[in-house]
Amino acid sequence: MTILSFTLILLLGAYLAGLAGSLTGLGGGVVIIPLLTLFFHVDIRYAIGAALVASIATSSGSASAYVKEGITNVRLGMFLEIATTTGAVLGAILAIYTPVNLVAILFGVMLIFSAAMTLRKKNEAALLVGSKLSYALKLNGSYPTKDGPVAYKLKNIGGGFSIMTLAGMLSGLLGIGSGALKVLAMDTAMRVPFRVSTTTSNFMVGVTAAASAVVYLQRGYIDPGIAFPVIIGVLAGAFTGSKLLMRINVNSLKLIFSVAITLIALNMIYNGLNHKF
Amino acid sequence: MSSNQNKKITDYDIEQLIGQVLRYGVLISGTVAIIGGIWYLFQKGSGIADYRTFNGEPASFTSLTGILKGLGSGSATEIIQFGVVILIATPIIRIVFSLISFMLEKDRLYIVVTLIVLLIILFSMFGGLAI
Repeated sequence: MTILSFTLILLLGAYLAGLAGSLTGLGGGVVIIPLLTLFFHVDIRYAIGAALVASIATSSGSASAYVKEGITNVRLGMFLEIATTTGAVLGAILAIYTPVNLVAILFGVMLIFSAAMTLRKKNEAALLVGSKLSYALKLNGSYPTKDGPVAYKLKNIGGGFSIMTLAGMLSGLLGIGSGALKVLAMDTAMRVPFRVSTTTSNFMVGVTAAASAVVYLQRGYIDPGIAFPVIIGVLAGAFTGSKLLMRINVNSLKLIFSVAITLIALNMIYNGLNHKF
Repeated sequence: MSSNQNKKITDYDIEQLIGQVLRYGVLISGTVAIIGGIWYLFQKGSGIADYRTFNGEPASFTSLTGILKGLGSGSATEIIQFGVVILIATPIIRIVFSLISFMLEKDRLYIVVTLIVLLIILFSMFGGLAI
């Protein structure tokens, strides 16, 4: 394949990845790795580098809109970034000692988990009384709705912090945003309403990915010939997605996407077990 | 007078500022990547794409000095890598802006929290983890 056709096909693929990622809330990186490894037969290390870049692009691009609407809990995000960046650095160190096949299998498992998470029942009820720590750390907040601002309180900060460290570690190891795990930590453990947890998680993905991207850039995982179609495609796709999101019902789309992602994940696990990476 | 002005800075202002930082970072890096990318295709578009085996990247792609040196000579690949560096820097610069705004708000707890996050990223950058 010539570089020109490789670039154009990857550009289209990255566009669709950014579009699907923003419509379903999974982020751009999740689709980039299977696209590059299974379709283009790119070494998984280059794919991880590209996915990190894609994660930062989608996170920063959409966070700029969400932050302005005042839904994102900036303090909560900043506090939990201690956990995710520590995890991301650990993950980048761990990556040296992890065989690429194992990385592919872990990625597949993470993908199935993410697909299941997009279909979960969402937590919209706001907790009225928070734990002591949530007050001490000023993590409680409110978010705007049609009927005026809704206040919420948080609990189980320690549990959420631990899951976040794991999310950061997987993000550093696999090159993805681990948005699904981040939302799990906030929704299930800390009881953050899902509109807040989704946007705050998205806000954190950029910082988490940057913490390991600085290591991977130095390790030579990020190739310019792969990076530029990925950045441009994912950004354009995410932009289209954010415009479409207000007009269409994404529920059926999420189901189709989850099934597709699960099939891709099984393919990754199968190839990983057969040492095809 | 100045302390009076500082008191007027609210969470809302901080969120607006952070939104702008993220937006411009993404726009600038995307623009740089497009410029480098088009040039790259002009130069190497007819070559063969082969990423089947991992060879790492030359120093001119993996260090800031290498990228800046290539940028000075107008090399397409280094222009793209510079776009990547701007993209990676965007969330990090966002943290610096958060730090400044927590300082203006005199929120000691979150000045410390933000400094910790910044230190972890700096350690990741200069900690010799590349190996």
